[in-house]
Amino acid sequence: MSKNEMTITKEDIIEWLKTTAVVLEKNAQYLTELDSPIGDADHGFNMNRGFKKIMSKLPQVEDNDIGTILKAVGMALITSVGGAGGPLYGTFYMDAGKAVAGKIKLSTNDLIALLNAGLKGVVRIGKTNLGDKTMVDAIHPAVEVIRKTLANNKDVIKALHCMTDAAYKGMKDTIPMLAKKGRASYLGERSIGHQDPGATSSYLILKTLLDTIESRHKSK
Amino acid sequence: MKKLINKPEYVVKEQLEGIALAYPDIVKVHFDPNFIYRADAPVKGKVAIVSGGGSGHEPMHGGFVGFGMLDAACPGEVFTSPTPDQMLEAAKIVNSGEGVLFIVKNYSGDVMNFDMAADMAREERIRVLNILIDDDVAVKDSLYTQGRRGVGTTVLAEKICGAAAEKGYDLKKLANLCRKININGRSMGMALTSCTTPVAGKPTFELGEDEMEIGIGIHGEPGRKRMKIKTANEITELLALSIIEDKSYKRTIREWDEGKQKWVDIELEDPTFKPGDKVLAFVNSMGGTPSIELPIIYRKLHEICEKRDLKIIRNLIGPYITSLEMQGCSITLLKMDDEMIELWDAPVKTAGLRCGM
Repeated sequence: MSKNEMTITKEDIIEWLKTTAVVLEKNAQYLTELDSPIGDADHGFNMNRGFKKIMSKLPQVEDNDIGTILKAVGMALITSVGGAGGPLYGTFYMDAGKAVAGKIKLSTNDLIALLNAGLKGVVRIGKTNLGDKTMVDAIHPAVEVIRKTLANNKDVIKALHCMTDAAYKGMKDTIPMLAKKGRASYLGERSIGHQDPGATSSYLILKTLLDTIESRHKSK
Repeated sequence: MKKLINKPEYVVKEQLEGIALAYPDIVKVHFDPNFIYRADAPVKGKVAIVSGGGSGHEPMHGGFVGFGMLDAACPGEVFTSPTPDQMLEAAKIVNSGEGVLFIVKNYSGDVMNFDMAADMAREERIRVLNILIDDDVAVKDSLYTQGRRGVGTTVLAEKICGAAAEKGYDLKKLANLCRKININGRSMGMALTSCTTPVAGKPTFELGEDEMEIGIGIHGEPGRKRMKIKTANEITELLALSIIEDKSYKRTIREWDEGKQKWVDIELEDPTFKPGDKVLAFVNSMGGTPSIELPIIYRKLHEICEKRDLKIIRNLIGPYITSLEMQGCSITLLKMDDEMIELWDAPVKTAGLRCGM
């Protein structure tokens, strides 16, 4: 780790999770509305319920390392969200946690490893390809971009900005897509023209990572 | 939204509390994680059958727990699949040592959660096999979708497999029977109105006063196409012919291989209906359609089957796999062989289906 490279602390990660809970509660109705025309009108409520469970579990695990915390987050989601969102997001955090096992702070490489492991987990469980109109369409480009940006420049906040922009674009790119996975796939052509709710929640989670890191490290 | 509820968040929990009070001779209810299980579980020497899915389809699955059908049912939130810990804990309670069959409807969420639960159960040395139900002919291909959804055949599979388990089938034989029922059953549904999930508080989709949705799923997810409403006879013909004329359906699904101790892809192909076939005809209400209308559907279905020389040898008519208060119906035809007929006729005693005892 170079001297001027920023590290992400355990406190940053805990704050990211707490802020995510607030953001998903605020967006529960919005995500559910996105899920109505092409899904089954529950995504926002399910994610909100999952992050409420995380909030109740966090005090018991926050003395541990980042890997353990993220794995506990994954298990909380798997046992409370249900639907496809539970296993998919649960695996995202579980596998992200495994990639940073034992660490109490993260280098830029650790951050990339964390996000990449989460993405790989989602792809494994969902058997999803890019362009299927799922959360992968937001997370995949985001992980690609942060990896590339950090390879050239170690400015984490700038890289997180690029990552968030890529996730946003990925989310918007789902609008003209034909869904090939999940309940939206039954609609065939009628799934075209709707933004994917899973890609939207993924964007919100990644944007919250940026917002958390930016506000905590700028104020220092 | 007008519903007979106290608070949207309490619907599933309070329903379970009511069921526990109403049928103590048949079932018990476990909370956190939630599941309904047979009052006499585990039943010694018998393979246990566990199913589940989102709530909102009552009496399926909780209403089918009892002698001759399910050993446990795991209800998720309304239209949301249950979580793996529910199935794991249910499996632990109902497993007599003979193993557990999971009957899973083919929705991405249900499949992922039941797969995870099966893996967890096997880590605890419980034998588990998962069999998928994917019988909805409204979904045409499996290449660009999750594949066909699990609908009406699920009810029939739970009844027939439940009887087989009582009769002493071992886990492998029971799984084979369940797979056979699945490939011989086909369904299609339609809706006249939308449904409203308690938490969302407004209709899941909009349907004009003079419109209907053909090929609807059981979660209000839109179907094959939307069209102007037609008569009961015309609607029955649309559904029945889609089922009877359905081409052979091929798909690859994932099952656990006990020999190899890993998940393997297997290819399944449905046989088509042929003149002379014996069938069970199941006319189901989506929840909001009154009982007076179902025999009107059955009447026409009977005529269509007769014309095509499909012999309806058993039937089931009523609201068994519903979609909250949605108006509409579904038709399921299950091609029966002697084994299935005998098991269908066996006694069953559950809150939602009871005969012979």
